[in-house]
Amino acid sequence: MERRAALFEYLLRLGDSCLVLGHRVSEWCGHAPELEEDIALANVALDLTGQADMLLGYAARIEGKGRDADALAFLRDAWDFRNLLLCERANGDFAHTIVRQFLFDAWQAELYAALARSTDAGLAGIAAKGVKEAQYHLRHSGEWVVRLGDGTDESHARAQAALDEFWPFTGEMFETDAVATELIAAGIAPDMTPVEAAWMRTVDDVLAQATLARPKSGWMQTGGSKGRHGEELGHLLATMQFLPRAYPGAKW
Amino acid sequence: MVNAAATLDDPRVVLAWEALAGVMDPEVPVLSVVDLGIVRAVRADASGIAIDLTPTYTGCPATAAIRLDVENAIEAAGLGRPRIALVNAPAWTTDWIGPDAREKLRAYGIAPPAGKASELKAALFAEDPVLACPRCGSTDTRLTGRFGSTACKSLHACNACAEPFEHFKCI
Ligand SMILES: [Zn+2]
Repeated sequence: MERRAALFEYLLRLGDSCLVLGHRVSEWCGHAPELEEDIALANVALDLTGQADMLLGYAARIEGKGRDADALAFLRDAWDFRNLLLCERANGDFAHTIVRQFLFDAWQAELYAALARSTDAGLAGIAAKGVKEAQYHLRHSGEWVVRLGDGTDESHARAQAALDEFWPFTGEMFETDAVATELIAAGIAPDMTPVEAAWMRTVDDVLAQATLARPKSGWMQTGGSKGRHGEELGHLLATMQFLPRAYPGAKW
Repeated sequence: MVNAAATLDDPRVVLAWEALAGVMDPEVPVLSVVDLGIVRAVRADASGIAIDLTPTYTGCPATAAIRLDVENAIEAAGLGRPRIALVNAPAWTTDWIGPDAREKLRAYGIAPPAGKASELKAALFAEDPVLACPRCGSTDTRLTGRFGSTACKSLHACNACAEPFEHFKCI
């Protein structure tokens, strides 16, 4: 695969994951169980949307076809999205939202730390900035996983159920296909083996404190990076993209 | 402060820095964009002034407003419309906020960043730094929320004077 095309594809994966999860988390605005948590989730959503803006803006410049971050975010359909399937899953209860966030934050913090050493200066700059935000998010979601897991019987059961449901979606985080292989060879993307090992150490450490059991790693879901998504993404995009599609070029 | 050496003696650069010192953060109006450390470079050449800005947080909604305020201030100083570049590397850190600016924050009622971000412990659940209440000075304070009214702040309360306060997060 041509390197420029591979980098475009890779940036879409990173940017779409931020955008879609950022939108999901923003759905909690005004609905979180307490005021401080409402503020926290809104802040996390804002950071992820900001990262998506940078990553998709960079993707558009690499593509060089006159599109910008908004065009990529609002004028593509579900099959053109490259986000992790984990990110598009509906919020469910608060435990589902927190466990999904924790699995993602632990991955993103490790990946950004590695990407900050990328040979691509544009990507390294975004990652060096994003890693601080990701680590801060991880602390927040990690503390909640411990609080829920090591809380009441009810919160423990809900956290474990969320973990069991989302575990098969974690394999996708560490896939290495032709796109990744091309970029790894050029030192643009990191080898995912040490990233996965570090992620697993964080997960095991937090799950132990949370008295939660790590599910067995068996069959894993896949398809997000190839544009094969669940129906939930279409509903999310219908909400997120309505305004710029109904009122093209709208400004305020 | 970062500066291209070749343009240091250009009087327009000095004037530009003076103008920038008067551009306040819309969310924290006691700090200027220079206090915050988000102006990374000012250059002058035949086509005018060029300024490098770095965003504080990637999603900070104030970034666009700050950029516009910077453009207007440079123009109002008679230096023409500047060219603005947003740079990500090196990533912004609160270590660029100097002692004077930290005192301005405290006097405004916001606890300044506790310590240096570059010396923070990497451990996931590392102990939080002890914060002094910006109103009464007591160090008997507690964290009430890791996220606050803006991306750059966390929420706290003082056990001594019972007042809530915000902390400018150390990153
Ligand atoms: Zn006090």
